[in-house]
Amino acid sequence: MKISILGGRLIDPANGLDQITDVHIAAGKIIGLGNTPAGFEAGQCINANGQIVCPGLVDLRACLREPSQEYKATIASETCAAAKSGITTLVCPPDTDPVADTPAVVDLIHHRSMQAGFARVLSLGALTQNLEGKQLAEMGALKAAGCVGVSNAHTAVKNTQVMRRAMEYASSQDLPVFLHAEDPSLANGGCAHEGAVSVRLGLPGIPEIAESIAVARELQLIEQTGVRAHFCQLSSERAVKMIARAQHDGLSVTADVAAHQLFLTEMDIGYFDSQCHVRPPLRTQRDRDGLRTALKRGTVSSICSDHQPHDTAAKLAPFPSSAPGISALETLLPLVLRLVDEDVLSLPEAIACLTCHPAQIVGMGSHLAVGDCADVCIFDPEQYWELTTENMVSQGHNSPFLGWEFKGRVTHTLLAGHIVFSTKT
Amino acid sequence: MRRRNLQLDAQGHLRHLLTIEGLKRQQIVDILDTAESFITVGDQQVRKVPLLRGKTVVNLFFEASTRTLTTFELAAKRLSADVLKININTSATVKGESLLDMLQNLEAMQCDMFVVRHGDSGAAHLIAQHVAPHISVINAGDGRHAHPTQALLDMFTIRRHKSEFAPLTVAIVGDIMHSRVARSQIHALTTLGISDLRVVAPKTLIPTQVEGLGVHVYHNMKEGLHDADVVIMLRLQKERMQGALLPSEQEYFQDYGLTNEKLAVAKPNVLVMHPGPINRGVEIDSEVADGPRSVILEQVSNGIAVRMAVMSMVLGRPPINTESEGAAQ
Repeated sequence: MKISILGGRLIDPANGLDQITDVHIAAGKIIGLGNTPAGFEAGQCINANGQIVCPGLVDLRACLREPSQEYKATIASETCAAAKSGITTLVCPPDTDPVADTPAVVDLIHHRSMQAGFARVLSLGALTQNLEGKQLAEMGALKAAGCVGVSNAHTAVKNTQVMRRAMEYASSQDLPVFLHAEDPSLANGGCAHEGAVSVRLGLPGIPEIAESIAVARELQLIEQTGVRAHFCQLSSERAVKMIARAQHDGLSVTADVAAHQLFLTEMDIGYFDSQCHVRPPLRTQRDRDGLRTALKRGTVSSICSDHQPHDTAAKLAPFPSSAPGISALETLLPLVLRLVDEDVLSLPEAIACLTCHPAQIVGMGSHLAVGDCADVCIFDPEQYWELTTENMVSQGHNSPFLGWEFKGRVTHTLLAGHIVFSTKT
Repeated sequence: MRRRNLQLDAQGHLRHLLTIEGLKRQQIVDILDTAESFITVGDQQVRKVPLLRGKTVVNLFFEASTRTLTTFELAAKRLSADVLKININTSATVKGESLLDMLQNLEAMQCDMFVVRHGDSGAAHLIAQHVAPHISVINAGDGRHAHPTQALLDMFTIRRHKSEFAPLTVAIVGDIMHSRVARSQIHALTTLGISDLRVVAPKTLIPTQVEGLGVHVYHNMKEGLHDADVVIMLRLQKERMQGALLPSEQEYFQDYGLTNEKLAVAKPNVLVMHPGPINRGVEIDSEVADGPRSVILEQVSNGIAVRMAVMSMVLGRPPINTESEGAAQ
């Protein structure tokens, strides 16, 4: 299908482009910007007047629940929600059941996502077998199966020697390591930030140092082993300051933050709102501001959804027993656009945090120059809408943002030149 | 909307009792006054008032308890309610029936009030959010969060001995970190406006930022008890030795156990309180527990009147009628 996107404001941060122009697509690729190429006849024209045209969004962490928890969500249901949200690439963590520590599981996820056809799903392989932190996973085989990195997800590798060896081995395979920094004994049993709210509600706390002590250990191991490393979903000001210092000293580390951490704090728990039960926990106003500053300065380069869809029962429990996580694909772009409204980021900077920066971390391109893969997100930056359980596409309706009014809504999503979502044709 | 105080109705009256936090001083005083009107019921020949006749109260205890369960049961019976006790260990929850499914089944049996004890903080709030509009929920202890009726009976006991709250110095001693009783006492005492509220324990048993609740922190027992009008001792659970919180019971008793010698720095007419059950020789010496300044047993009997007051108030009877009907018996 040949498609022309006409009259939109093209923002392509990787190429420094921000201009009103037409985009022409054929055979899954961008074949021309501006004037219609000679002999090109569009089968479909998308009128993008007043809209933003940008590369398809890349989400560095989305749990798709398949295999094993299809009652919560499936690859088909969640990639469909991604398409509605302008997300064309999802990175899936290895903590499925069975764990993604063999090529078979990675192949299954890949196959299911191809069948659904809504979004590209990239896998992170397990760092250690069954995420047990004892024996190394077959990282070479996982890489050959298409894994873009390795991670132990939320299961900490307690043994520092194992962590060191795992980093050394990943480095030999030229695989980046994705790290969730949380000291397991300090976080043990906790469900909320250890501070004013946890003391008031009597919730077992996770102290800030659970994150910063883990970051300190990992930074030294990264320096020692020379591995490429990425810190996932940092939650505290102290941790991002440590990352900034390490980057300043020349260490090649990157970091992302989950969109909800840029808006919510421990105070939003109110009287035990289990929708605000997330891991790492929502921290203080000061941490939230620290994360925003780190984003502005580029210490944290990417914003992800940390999508975790749940069934209703998972959240219908007393706060400590409820499952952590937010169904977050559909609020990723709207929340990031809110950062633009609040003058934290410029629009091109905000788009970079969702496109070329995360793409670079998983070793892929994300730009819209001639010859590039036509993964495109088109959104109306002025449209107001409210998040409701009725308009959520994800199978999980667990969101603290239900009832929030957002500005900016995706109208079309193209995956390799195919329209996978449009509000109207 | 989400942060609306769930336990109050649109007019600001008590609909549930989930926590002391957010209650007005006058609301606490009203509960204490109502309890005062019930205190004599236990001494009458017929120990009953017909306030909750025809109502069904369900005691839902997901955690073991003797005293709280018994006093709630007695309170409901003295108000003439029908009382049902659900033994959770043998009930369907272990078969995977969820908490809320179980409540729906009980609602279908036309109950009027759930008295809930649960090991998770926030359990009573969760239940109150999901019950039918005519049902009231009373929190009988949820995790580390709150135990409001215990705090109210403690306030009632203090008020019977001290004329005013404002000038008092109160020290709460022991495992503040894991104590729902301490959290509710702190909210009650600060709401009643006492001048000096202290918590006394080693750092391992004091939660971070507890000062934000309006208390002064002491790690030394004698400094913490100096000139105190009321000393509230908390129970020390044996499992605290495992989490590297304390080295041994002996050392804890040495430093924080209440003895007559340590009590000597407090005011001469100091009240010694304990929510029970007490560990003699761990947090309190028998001499003190059974001594003239101890009101520990009085707390237990006051518990019945206070729970009668709370139950009758959340089920919406004006306290004035209560008294006259009670007297008519």
